[in-house]
Amino acid sequence: MMQTASATLQNRQQTRPFSVLATKVEPRAKTGQIKIATRGLNFYYDDQQALFDNELEIAANRVTAIIGPSGCGKSTHLRTYNRIFELYRGQRVSGEVLLDGQNLLDANCDVLELRRKIGMIFQKPTPFPMSVFDNIAYGLKQHYRINRSELRDRVKTALQQAALWDEVKDKLSHPGTALSGGQQQRLCIARAIAIEPEILLMDEPTSAVDPIATARIEELIDTLKKRYTIVIVTHNMQQAARISDYTAFFYQGRIVEFGATDKIFTNPDNQQTEDYITGRFG
Amino acid sequence: MKPRSLTYRRSIDLGLRLVSSLAALFGIIMLSWILGTVLLKGAAAINWDFFTELPAPPGMPGGGLANAILGTLLITLLSVLIGVPIGLAAGVWLAEFGQESKLAEVIRFAANLLMSTPSIIIGVFVYVVMVLTTGQFSGTAGAVTLAIIMLPVVARTAEDMLALVPSALREAALALGMPRWKATLGVIFRAAQTGLLTGTLLAVARVSGETAPLLFTALNSPYWPGSFNEPTANLTVTIFNYAMSPYDDWQTLAWGASLLITAGVLGTTIITRGFIWYRSRQL
Repeated sequence: MMQTASATLQNRQQTRPFSVLATKVEPRAKTGQIKIATRGLNFYYDDQQALFDNELEIAANRVTAIIGPSGCGKSTHLRTYNRIFELYRGQRVSGEVLLDGQNLLDANCDVLELRRKIGMIFQKPTPFPMSVFDNIAYGLKQHYRINRSELRDRVKTALQQAALWDEVKDKLSHPGTALSGGQQQRLCIARAIAIEPEILLMDEPTSAVDPIATARIEELIDTLKKRYTIVIVTHNMQQAARISDYTAFFYQGRIVEFGATDKIFTNPDNQQTEDYITGRFG
Repeated sequence: MKPRSLTYRRSIDLGLRLVSSLAALFGIIMLSWILGTVLLKGAAAINWDFFTELPAPPGMPGGGLANAILGTLLITLLSVLIGVPIGLAAGVWLAEFGQESKLAEVIRFAANLLMSTPSIIIGVFVYVVMVLTTGQFSGTAGAVTLAIIMLPVVARTAEDMLALVPSALREAALALGMPRWKATLGVIFRAAQTGLLTGTLLAVARVSGETAPLLFTALNSPYWPGSFNEPTANLTVTIFNYAMSPYDDWQTLAWGASLLITAGVLGTTIITRGFIWYRSRQL
């Protein structure tokens, strides 16, 4: 069954690439296979339902974009993947989010390890109030026993992967908050990838930075997808078209259409999708 | 509809401005009067002996308040050691965990009540609980009293300061797989650092002038503070005793002690402001 699913996934012309339920998969999904799957996902803010029966499959080492008008549930959907919503009273979820076939919403899923595997980048850069070096070292030391020289190497590698090393190598001891907005966002990406996650969730990562910084981050996403599965929420449809392999269109908490990005942007099946993409609403 | 005359509006404006200016002036005059008197009368008492000598018996020349200065410092230090950690912990619980829950509301209400409770009542409470049971006035009882007075101030300011930290920062720390306590101590505390420090120093300033609660607990003593289990000399009760005494030199010492406390509180405030200014330039 898995073969069929991954074979379909790689075929970008298919309208509905994922028709097979991921009941049993390899411990770690290989490129193109299903990494995360949501099954009958509903979400509630107190009594108000925000997500309705979301079924979505995220392919490993691909970029999946989530688009849709404001308030349609894009971020809400994303925030179930690392269970960050649990910070808030009154936010509830039902249904399943399967990570490599295991329901991560299960009470016995270790949320700290889950969040090591699934990194998150936020809309506004969120550097910690400490030095550039410590921003990255702090998370590393939480998850790994590591000596000083190894720590330095890991920090350097993470900054290099985030294409930030050359800009900050002489100011590792400066406060992270002193960097420019675009640099801060790449620092957050470096911080997230330093702990070797498998998945990166990006919640409008470029909406608070300037166009040049946006371009750099988009380039970065393109290189990062070789190593990580990326899910990106974006308001910017050109961005979704540029960087993603698959696109899901959300409207009023429902997934209206999901498929290969080329297909969604050139020949969508659904009238609502077409209206949104052509700018008739949203 | 006829427009109001310009003269009428202008005279109202002038009248109100006059009243508010006079009120402000009254406040400033009273404050400078108090500060000026303390400074003038207190300066006469300040000399080397004031800081190094024990009080002299009435009628004997010289003598200082070294024991009371040391005692006040020690009692305040101990009260900070007791009150600040508990207050911070309570603030963290309110801001991070309790939030809008029933229990948090009850605790918040209790803290507000405690904050407006006259300090003499807290003094009497500790007198009953600690002094009567041990049969001993003590520095410890004094410190505990001050710690209780500090507690709600520290807790509420800590809560407010932690609530000011953007939730995105909290989420970012947790999203890295940090346990809640580590995110709070390592990231949120750092972000709220200056605010937490201000709250703590405000609380210290608040208790450093307290007299009534110490009368019931630490009492006073003409000797060096030897142990925390005996009556301990302190500046505020000394002011209370000496200012009421019939001896001129004791009254002068009381003025000196008043000046010292005023300068201490002022100094603490200035240092805090300076620190905040320094930090804000750094980040």
